Amino acid sequence: MYIRAASNISPQNTFGNQPFLSELIEYNGDRLTCIEPDYKTLIDPKLTRRMSRIIKMGVAAGMDCLHQAGINAPDAIITGTAYGCLEDTNTFLSKMVQQNEEALAPTAFIQSTHNTISAQIALLLQCHRYNNTFVNGGASFENGLLDAMMLLYEGEASNVLIGGIDEITINSHAILKRMGLYRRKPVSNFELFNTPGKGTMAGEGSAFFLLSREASGNDWAKIDGVSSFYKPRNVAEIQQHIRTFLLTQNTDINEIGLLLTGSNGDLKNVAVYEQLLQYDFDNVPVINYKALCGEYPTSSAFAMWLAAHEIKNGVCSFVSSRNQIPLKKVLIYNHYQNIHHSLILLSAC
Amino acid sequence: MDQPVLIAGVGVISAIGNTVAQNLLSLEQEKTGIAPIQYLDTEHRDEFPVGEVKLSNDELAELSGFKPCISRTAMLSLIAAKEALTDTGITNLLGLRTGFISANTVGGMDKTEDFFRDFLADNTKGRLRNVVNHECGAVTNLVADQLGIRHHVSTISTACSSSANAIMYGARLIKNNMLDVVIAGGTDALTRFTLNGFNTLMILDKQPCQPFDANRRGLNLGEGAGYVVLVSKRFASSLKKELCCTLSGYHNANDAYHQTASSPEGTGSLLAMKGALQKAGLQSSDIDYINLHGTGTQNNDSSEGAAISRLFTGHYPKMSSTKAFTGHTLGASGGIEAVFSALAVQRGLVYPNLRFETPMEGLPFTPETRFSKQPEIKHVLSNSFGFGGNCSSLIFSKP
Repeated sequence: MYIRAASNISPQNTFGNQPFLSELIEYNGDRLTCIEPDYKTLIDPKLTRRMSRIIKMGVAAGMDCLHQAGINAPDAIITGTAYGCLEDTNTFLSKMVQQNEEALAPTAFIQSTHNTISAQIALLLQCHRYNNTFVNGGASFENGLLDAMMLLYEGEASNVLIGGIDEITINSHAILKRMGLYRRKPVSNFELFNTPGKGTMAGEGSAFFLLSREASGNDWAKIDGVSSFYKPRNVAEIQQHIRTFLLTQNTDINEIGLLLTGSNGDLKNVAVYEQLLQYDFDNVPVINYKALCGEYPTSSAFAMWLAAHEIKNGVCSFVSSRNQIPLKKVLIYNHYQNIHHSLILLSAC
Repeated sequence: MDQPVLIAGVGVISAIGNTVAQNLLSLEQEKTGIAPIQYLDTEHRDEFPVGEVKLSNDELAELSGFKPCISRTAMLSLIAAKEALTDTGITNLLGLRTGFISANTVGGMDKTEDFFRDFLADNTKGRLRNVVNHECGAVTNLVADQLGIRHHVSTISTACSSSANAIMYGARLIKNNMLDVVIAGGTDALTRFTLNGFNTLMILDKQPCQPFDANRRGLNLGEGAGYVVLVSKRFASSLKKELCCTLSGYHNANDAYHQTASSPEGTGSLLAMKGALQKAGLQSSDIDYINLHGTGTQNNDSSEGAAISRLFTGHYPKMSSTKAFTGHTLGASGGIEAVFSALAVQRGLVYPNLRFETPMEGLPFTPETRFSKQPEIKHVLSNSFGFGGNCSSLIFSKP
């Protein structure tokens, strides 16, 4: 399947015609926050007034992606989100507790439903076709991709809009920090991998893609395959999964021109990648993409945008020019808290 | 037409029983599960009747093997999923590509609510173990780990159509030769969050609900879990057990009308039912029984009714909403009703639409009011429609 268009609201300047690479944004602390666009040109302001932040980010990226592709009636809309609309959930839950279950307003409850973003896009487009939402932790986006791939293969769809969205809220950040997910001492995302420690930096994002069965002649990249696996028992099992995946894609490890890893600077998390890099991907240029977007369950959507962006431009960013080779294939390997692991393979069209 | 997917086992826990046998008995004896709130700790205790599973968290823990501190959503899920797997007679999953596709809408919200009482007062307080499984996906993982399933573990949440979409996705993973066996369906526990949420929408009935009745007042919330075990035709032949039925058709469509309300003409429901018939290669006149979404709200029943009127003109199958027994179990409803529908095909059963009194104006059909055995039943349609316009229909057929 082909990526005809992509749109990404992230902690970097990735949305619209922004200077993504020349002006990388540094964050100090334990959190990277999305740079939100001016929504006025993307969604009717009458509608955005009622939307929470994640709904705006999701709908804006989705609509922008369709606009870029020149498609206003996709055959399917699929989203992946581990946490769903957290701020709405938080609002309704907090009021319910504080007001002792009395005098509550419905808006936050209505919007707290996990499928709100895919539903809002369908509503805006008047799209009556397939609509689905995966809420499967670190594999939410990957499951959506697999669903999209099957729809295209089954002939049920020619074009699929798919997005991965998650947000950080004040309360979710406080809770996840107490669980030990984030750094105790402030750190810079640029220095995350040079200052090893426990925990990482929180991230968030909304990345959407328009996937097509047929090439348009102007696609960003091609997605060869996606695979996710659950709670591998050891590194050998991970290696086996990667080998099997590449084998089914008829791809040799040496053909991989760039590896995007979900390494996040947390000692325990990093260990998994280090062993793999040492033995399997010794000579492959690597980008640890979470330095750009932070850690969140659907960060692989950011990674897929980055991979497609690199393929479209034909070069590996962050890799010195003497090591450059023409970029043919990019592999993304990510795991979220060692529960769901995933592989996405992209190639140049 | 492509290879059919078969249903090799079913499992259910709901307000009318903790097992398939208990559920069937209640359906046959026309015994509702709707009752005053007994277990949910809420201020609205005496206000709204609900369809609770008649077990405390401690009793559910004992039955499921989970600790009582684990979310009720996970405990319900494990009990029904285990029953479904046992029902297939498959004793060893080793060497099989097995999936667990479970839907829910609340995740571990029941525990998060407790956590938030302490956390909101002081954000360094509240026991983390109560919020660690808040995510919908975490609930699925807890159950997958107990079942020993690792090959494909996934969670879907599309409001009240969630489980139907989980079953569709599971069936497609088999058809695309990615898995051999899939336990698919969903779970949801009653929570203060959902009870209060639906209360703000003013669609909760203060009396036991009356789906598809002219004088219907709204829905009763329920809880439970329901799973079917899907297998490929190739694998089915190796099973020693008689198979329930096939999942012959399915379709997912969107109403694209309003975030919470259904269109008056039932655009999404009509597309979902039509698409499922087309997938199954059937005519509307082939359907013998419809398990309605039938929540009991003004809006749903008139919208679903309008769609059925159009699609089944001239031949109205027998139909009923079993939500008058179980309440609306939200993310679990598609799973629970898939189990009821599969059993309807396998055993030739038509369930009654309890408490039906007065026909709705303008509808040329009325739901069944008595339980009956109809051995000639071949095809059963099950509807699940949800917030966000998500509409899905499944068709179960004699193998």
